[in-house]
Amino acid sequence: MIEDAAVPESATRTIRVVVLYPDVMNVYADRGNVIALQARCRALAVGCEVIEVTLGESLPVEADLVLIGGGQDREQRRVAADLEAKGATLRAWAEQDAPMLAVCGGFQLFGRLYRTSAGEELPGVGLFDVTTVAPAPGAPRCVGDVLAFAEGVGELVGFENHGGRTYLGPRAQPFARVEHGFGNNGIDGTEGAVYRQAIGTYLHGSLLPKNLPLTDRLILAALRHRYGSDVHIEPVDEPYAARAHASAAQVARQRGRVTP
Amino acid sequence: MTAGPGVRERGAVLLGRAAAEVVRRLQRGGGTALPGLLAGLLAPRLIESFAGQLGHGAVTVTGTNGKTTTAHLIAAAVRTAGLHPLANSSGSNLERGIASMFVEAATAGGALPDAADRLGVLELDEAVWPALLPRLRPDVAVFLNLFRDQLDRYGEVDSVAEGWRRALAAYRLPLTLALNVDDPSVAQIADGTADRVIGFGIDDPSAALARAEHAADARACLCGGAFRYDAVFMGHLGLWACSRCDRVRPTPQVTARNVRLGADETRFTLCVSPSVDATFAPSEGAGATPSDAPSGEQCIELTIPLAGLYSVYNALAAVAGALALGIPLDATVRALTDAGPAFGRQEQFDIDGRTVRLLLAKNPTGLNEVFRVLTAAPRPLVLLALLNDGIQDGQDVSWIYDADMEQLAGSGCTLIVSGDRADDLALRFMLAGVVPTQVERSAARALDVALAATPSGGRLEVVATYTAMLAVRADLARRTGAQQYWEQSQPVDATVSR
Repeated sequence: MIEDAAVPESATRTIRVVVLYPDVMNVYADRGNVIALQARCRALAVGCEVIEVTLGESLPVEADLVLIGGGQDREQRRVAADLEAKGATLRAWAEQDAPMLAVCGGFQLFGRLYRTSAGEELPGVGLFDVTTVAPAPGAPRCVGDVLAFAEGVGELVGFENHGGRTYLGPRAQPFARVEHGFGNNGIDGTEGAVYRQAIGTYLHGSLLPKNLPLTDRLILAALRHRYGSDVHIEPVDEPYAARAHASAAQVARQRGRVTP
Repeated sequence: MTAGPGVRERGAVLLGRAAAEVVRRLQRGGGTALPGLLAGLLAPRLIESFAGQLGHGAVTVTGTNGKTTTAHLIAAAVRTAGLHPLANSSGSNLERGIASMFVEAATAGGALPDAADRLGVLELDEAVWPALLPRLRPDVAVFLNLFRDQLDRYGEVDSVAEGWRRALAAYRLPLTLALNVDDPSVAQIADGTADRVIGFGIDDPSAALARAEHAADARACLCGGAFRYDAVFMGHLGLWACSRCDRVRPTPQVTARNVRLGADETRFTLCVSPSVDATFAPSEGAGATPSDAPSGEQCIELTIPLAGLYSVYNALAAVAGALALGIPLDATVRALTDAGPAFGRQEQFDIDGRTVRLLLAKNPTGLNEVFRVLTAAPRPLVLLALLNDGIQDGQDVSWIYDADMEQLAGSGCTLIVSGDRADDLALRFMLAGVVPTQVERSAARALDVALAATPSGGRLEVVATYTAMLAVRADLARRTGAQQYWEQSQPVDATVSR
């Protein structure tokens, strides 16, 4: 467990962010989410205490925000086994409205079930009522630019790269609707899943740097988890993020797969 | 040896050469891919036919980073040894690039001129290497490293190493492997093969990073265990051992010690183990002097005109590859000392009283190493950084978040950001605390801005992804009258004389 207590003196409020398996679930640059979160917290004068927890380490007593990224298949197996010991705590945190962002492999592992191409069923954390099915060997991966819309957040841009197809169960709410891209399974137009304040998604990019409304939503939810529901933040303009969002959206409109 | 070219090969050569001429007349680039593509369609065994004509055989160079430079250095060693390399030196390294190289070099009759003196120096894309191994039948295969790169195209890195391993296991002809033993994914591909191996690596703990980089890929041993490191040199390269089984970094036969990184050059002591047959006969003006050699090793003090620790790895790979080919060590050492950079890899241009250095960076580890080079560069630092998202760059630009732009924080650099995804790159620098001076999507205009920001007599550093590098290089070549990259390549070697 590595702690990085970047708490500016001017910050009167601080959130504790748990980053899961940063050394293992790190293949698709989801570290950018941590970088963006820390920078945005600085801009909003919110303290951001990052705690990294990897294989074999235990979770801290409390967390206001949980991040997990995507990894390679072989690593994902080790993580799945390790999550068995952490699942109950993560589910309890989600029930207490702690926000979470689980990307790609992390999203799959936070679901109910992962069925391998050999038909083996690996249980997940069960935070989202979703099932992911690995395609038959040789089946194409879902790769490309994504443009999606999420209620309460707006337009999202990112890049997806996943083999597994995820299907929502009866109790699952989609996070967003894809306009360009594959989304969860390339068929039903859904992208990711939401449970209370926890979000699962396939979007890399990295996601948070160029989707600031989403970043702000996570920070606000984390502050409310810590300090109660009457907390507010004053959005600050970030022209670099806005321009990066706009150009990624343009690219997705030009070459992203048109979702049927 | 294969018999002479057949009717199909002759026709394919004519078609390919016509295509190359058309592409160049239309000014659509160097024509380094299309001719091979067309010729390969007409004569499916074109590559086999030409590879069989190479009198001195061939060496392949593959891996994520350093292919072009390493192949360039090996070709220089081959030339210094008095042979004639045939190289796909423009970096077109898929099947069609190899076919194009042969088509360009062939006579209209479909034969390779001076075939008896020819040695193929072939850089190959890491994903196509397995399919081309049995078709090219090289004598030596150099493996450099395996980093995460273009996941949108290659898939996961584990599968690339697995492809190499399977191809080697199925290959029955004699082959010498030159392996980077500091990369566990590369060192382990020889497991279970009977091939002769020459390992190369860095033996200098002082060159290690203080802390492992984020871009260091989580790797597992073939047994599934995690690796531990006594020293990490870059990414996941270093002095490794498995924490579960008894696999450990093999002792390299070709090593670099006492590495000193300069702004434009690198010094190190090159040592070759007595187990490798390498006679070093120092010649005058070689720029290298033999030094004290413990335990029968041959050690040579070496200065190469290339910056960065990655250049040391490329040089070691070239030495190991050349030794495996039977090229005398002194020829290789002379070539390393004299060889300029490969195109776009630390190439320098003089323009309006300023120097422009072009640095290719296409993945997190490569970019981190370029930043390490820039921390040793002369001040003031003026940097033009370009990010494109074409197929050859990788359409997913996420990778910039795995690189450590934070290395430049506090450098006080003047930073111009450009390329198709300039806005993404500018945001990444911003988040690292390196505020861009200007963002200009057009590469040509950005070059003007950056040159204007460079003091007279000073240097402009240009860091670019692959297609951005090609664009800037073409622009620089136009402005300075330097050769275009396809003119630089040596498929048709006019200097061949016997």
